[in-house]
Amino acid sequence: MANHSNTIFSRPEALYDTVTHYCPGCTHGVIHRLVAESLDELGVRERTVGVAPVGCSVLAYNYINCDFMEAAHGRAPALATGFKRMRPDMIVFTYQGDGDLASIGMGEIVHAANRGEKITVIFVNNAIYGMTGGQMAPTTLANQITTTSPNGRNVTDTGYPIRIAELLATLQTPGYIERVAVHTPQHIIHAKKVIRRAFKYQVENRCFSLIEVLSTCPTNWGYTPGEAIKWLEDNMRPYFPLGCFKTPDVKEVR
Amino acid sequence: MAKILMKGNEAIAEAAVKAGAQGYFCYPITPQSEVAEYMSRRMPELGRVFLQGESEVAVGNMLFGAASTGLRVFTTSSSPGISLMQEAISYMAGAQLPAVIVNIMRGGPGLGGILPAQSDYFQAVKGGGHGDYRLLVLAPSTVQEAVDLMMLSFHLADKYRNPVMMIGDGMIGQMMEAVEFPDEYKEDPLPPKDWDLTGAKGRSPRVVKSLFLDPVKLEDNSWLLHEKYERMKREEVRYELYKVSAKNKILIIAYGTMARICQTAIDELEQEGISVGLFRPISLFPFPEKEIKKEASKKNIQTVLTVEMSTAQMMEDVERAVLGAKPMAFFGHTGGIVPTP
Repeated sequence: MANHSNTIFSRPEALYDTVTHYCPGCTHGVIHRLVAESLDELGVRERTVGVAPVGCSVLAYNYINCDFMEAAHGRAPALATGFKRMRPDMIVFTYQGDGDLASIGMGEIVHAANRGEKITVIFVNNAIYGMTGGQMAPTTLANQITTTSPNGRNVTDTGYPIRIAELLATLQTPGYIERVAVHTPQHIIHAKKVIRRAFKYQVENRCFSLIEVLSTCPTNWGYTPGEAIKWLEDNMRPYFPLGCFKTPDVKEVR
Repeated sequence: MAKILMKGNEAIAEAAVKAGAQGYFCYPITPQSEVAEYMSRRMPELGRVFLQGESEVAVGNMLFGAASTGLRVFTTSSSPGISLMQEAISYMAGAQLPAVIVNIMRGGPGLGGILPAQSDYFQAVKGGGHGDYRLLVLAPSTVQEAVDLMMLSFHLADKYRNPVMMIGDGMIGQMMEAVEFPDEYKEDPLPPKDWDLTGAKGRSPRVVKSLFLDPVKLEDNSWLLHEKYERMKREEVRYELYKVSAKNKILIIAYGTMARICQTAIDELEQEGISVGLFRPISLFPFPEKEIKKEASKKNIQTVLTVEMSTAQMMEDVERAVLGAKPMAFFGHTGGIVPTP
């Protein structure tokens, strides 16, 4: 008898079949999957090098099935630059959190973007340092309670949260910069298109790209996974607007 | 190939080209910026990579990324810049990446000055960055030797999968001398690379990393590195003797430019009837401990004199080698003062 079953959903080849170390309700796993699906669909897994950051996703190479480098805190764009300049035929991406990219790695990301390095940066913004136990990040919202802002972030002392996508979009050098979220199925579907587009631009050798992904951290925010999704929607979205801030297709996007 | 007159910094750059360096990453700093200027023209004309980074912190990490391709890469800097690269150097040592780093030393600490010094000995030889690691450290005393050691550095980096540092003082970088390049770069065969990142095509993915969260694995990695350093001690000790004889009363230990100045002093003392010999370490790690001990222990030697352009840094290693067998003395200047014979 003929087999009429069709596979409509399966694990991407670029994702290992393994147990996750991420906390319940954390969206790193979803973002890993979107990266893996993009690599598969573009057929580039076998010529891709990922750069893992310091932070919760330090073990990204335990999930994403391609060659990897492990960077020092914040330096992933410098590693990616060195590699890509030597091997422009390969696909290079960094996967970085907000403590990594927006604090200690601010210099490296600004200059990699400004040089127009043909790399793809997946920037996961959950408004907190996750791995070290929930300290204040440059992206921590005003009045948000963390282990190093126990009374809430005081913006007169520590400044306002940095909007990385908007900041990098001010650079004259062409690039692709968009902010997405992964807290609802609709947002995940859109985020997938955007992440895939960012990799496609690299395959076409067109431009630097950075996709900022609003992500949850139920453990360090002190919420249940469900509450965390609501907190992201109610608090992060108003301050970090979703959308495309820069694209190589149009001269200027406002 | 005929001899040509070249500035040390440019000769070092050309030596790297001859040794097959495919990528050079840099940040300007006196007294070695001529390397960057030379390479900004030379590398593109060869279709190789030249990139000026935004800081020495970034440059060190670009070197990490570039070295992960398995291609030959290097950087050059001077003392304060080398301090900023220590992060990446420690990570490269931990991840067993070959790369060559040149330090054209200037006076320190801090911003210090821009004139020649040898005050980064500890930083180069004893670690500099965090963790259980060593660099293979070579110190030329002429521009020709800088060329020869630069080419050797790339070979040794590949042989040991470890960063190699060549340290010269500002004098080596700025001085012009006649140099000769080999017509053809020759080196001993190297084992094939089985760690370079080339894409997981037809094989399992590779990870270049210094992270080992399991303490047993981290300890294993540290002992693996330790074994390499012990092998370097057996196979890579390099030094030169000058006018060492049974007539010597004093044995001088000096390296780099300082050793050269000592040679002139030894010649002048010889005219006055005072016999002095020179032991010049060329490899600072591995340090020629046994060889210094052997020379210093000879009956005719009354004093072992260490001479440096720093405040007696290498002398600690000389003391460790001599182990109290002979009286020790030190002479030195630092901060950019180059002694005359």
